[in-house]
Amino acid sequence: MPNEKKQCEHTAKLCTALEKNKNYQKAKAYADRVLALSNDSLEKTIAIAVSLCLVCAVLVSFAAVALKPLQINNKALDMKKNILDVAGLLEEGRDIDSAFSDKIEAKIVDLETGDYVESINAADYDQRKAAKDPAQSIAIPKEKDIAHIRIKAKYAKVFLVKEGGAVKSIILPVNGYGLWSTLYGFLSLDADGQTVQSINFYDQAETPGLGGEVVNPNWRALWKGKKVYAESDLPSMEKGLIAEADMGEPALSLIKGVVDNNKPGSQYQVDGLAGASLTSTGVTNLIRYWMSKEGFAPYLSKVRTVKGAKS
Amino acid sequence: MSAILNDETKKVLVDPLVSNNPITLQVLGICSALAVTSQMSTSLIMSLALTLVTAFSSAAISAIRNHIPSSIRIIVQMTIIASLVIVVDQLLKAFAYDISKQLSVFVGLIITNCIVMGRAEGYAMKNPPLESFMDGIGNGLGYSLILITVSFIRELLGSGKLLGLEVFQLTKDGGWYDPNGLMLLPPSAFFIIGLIIWAVRQWKPEQAEKVEFKILPIAHGEGGHH
Repeated sequence: MPNEKKQCEHTAKLCTALEKNKNYQKAKAYADRVLALSNDSLEKTIAIAVSLCLVCAVLVSFAAVALKPLQINNKALDMKKNILDVAGLLEEGRDIDSAFSDKIEAKIVDLETGDYVESINAADYDQRKAAKDPAQSIAIPKEKDIAHIRIKAKYAKVFLVKEGGAVKSIILPVNGYGLWSTLYGFLSLDADGQTVQSINFYDQAETPGLGGEVVNPNWRALWKGKKVYAESDLPSMEKGLIAEADMGEPALSLIKGVVDNNKPGSQYQVDGLAGASLTSTGVTNLIRYWMSKEGFAPYLSKVRTVKGAKS
Repeated sequence: MSAILNDETKKVLVDPLVSNNPITLQVLGICSALAVTSQMSTSLIMSLALTLVTAFSSAAISAIRNHIPSSIRIIVQMTIIASLVIVVDQLLKAFAYDISKQLSVFVGLIITNCIVMGRAEGYAMKNPPLESFMDGIGNGLGYSLILITVSFIRELLGSGKLLGLEVFQLTKDGGWYDPNGLMLLPPSAFFIIGLIIWAVRQWKPEQAEKVEFKILPIAHGEGGHH
């Protein structure tokens, strides 16, 4: 009985092998026949097109899949580098990973309430991934979607730079649509949640030389010291307003041309990018959106009031 | 060397450097020559990428040249070129991330670079793979030569640096050199390439195009509107 079974198995194997060989022969015969056809025949044209596409697709997918881990690693490192850069902590020659873990603390913020969420591990949380997951994101109603991003994650990942226990800067992730692409970046604010330290965009595909100048260090330097919210709207700490305060609407925007620093209101204005009106509008919109009540205003107002309460 | 390189291979390898340069003689591939030459590092990587893509696409197209249906030959060439460019782009993203960010769309635009298509259509469709490969390398090097020359001038005069290292100390850092901002903008490459073309044609007058027609002075009585 077992012997018979073995034999059966053996025959089955042999059969499949034969079958495979037959298929191979068939394929080869077909290939030979097609290759011998006139180049302009319909059959050969289609056969060449299909097989070329298959070969190219395999080549491209193989490269994409095989190199993915390296690319992800590069991206993560680049992200850390950008965060260090926007915090002004990027040192030449220092290992990025160690500098990052030394000085920067990631925190998860519930955008709606503005509270820290301790139940999520900040190191593993990917806000951009979360924004794509229906369970972790919120669709933005059209009339409120000034940054044209359609969806946002419920929880945002912010970064705090601490020095001697006190928060020195707050780094907020922002994104919004420019001309060609969604710009992803970080806005770094002083501990008052009001004064801009720096901004940078780590992922964008605007026109190189025009809108792509959002990464230009000279332009980015113009942001330093600008104010996000109009001062009169702020709950003044001197008055002891500790209750959750309405931060008001953000006032910061990019203007056409060069900002006159002597004019009142210049602290809310940054030079627009020459030849890139739509990218400039996009940057204004993304700042307006993320600094509004839809974005980080609830969180920033808490940062301020808590700080006010302590002092 | 001569045993490996026969006359034809030598010719296709050396000719495109000066006497048949794709940029200065054929005036192809200008778009990327303007865009990526503000720094030497980006031009070097771009040159390398374009040379590899031209060489391998020419070789691949040449290998199947006898079976390419003429009705879809441009699409077939484009498919091969595009696949190779995507592979190169993926490699850059994995091994030279910062440079790939700076080159941004221009790596992808190698697909539409006239040099690659020109060699595929003009040479690889009629010649065997090895020669086509060498022809691709030669034309890539011709392109590289111009790109590197232009970026050398632009980076040196535009930011006082070469490959990111300071050569001229800038006035804003307390040095003597006041950089020329025009050199950092793409139009400056137009001037430099124009000057290079002029210089090459002075040296090799046979490269100058023949005047196709002469503008005759207006004969008396025939001027004005009819």
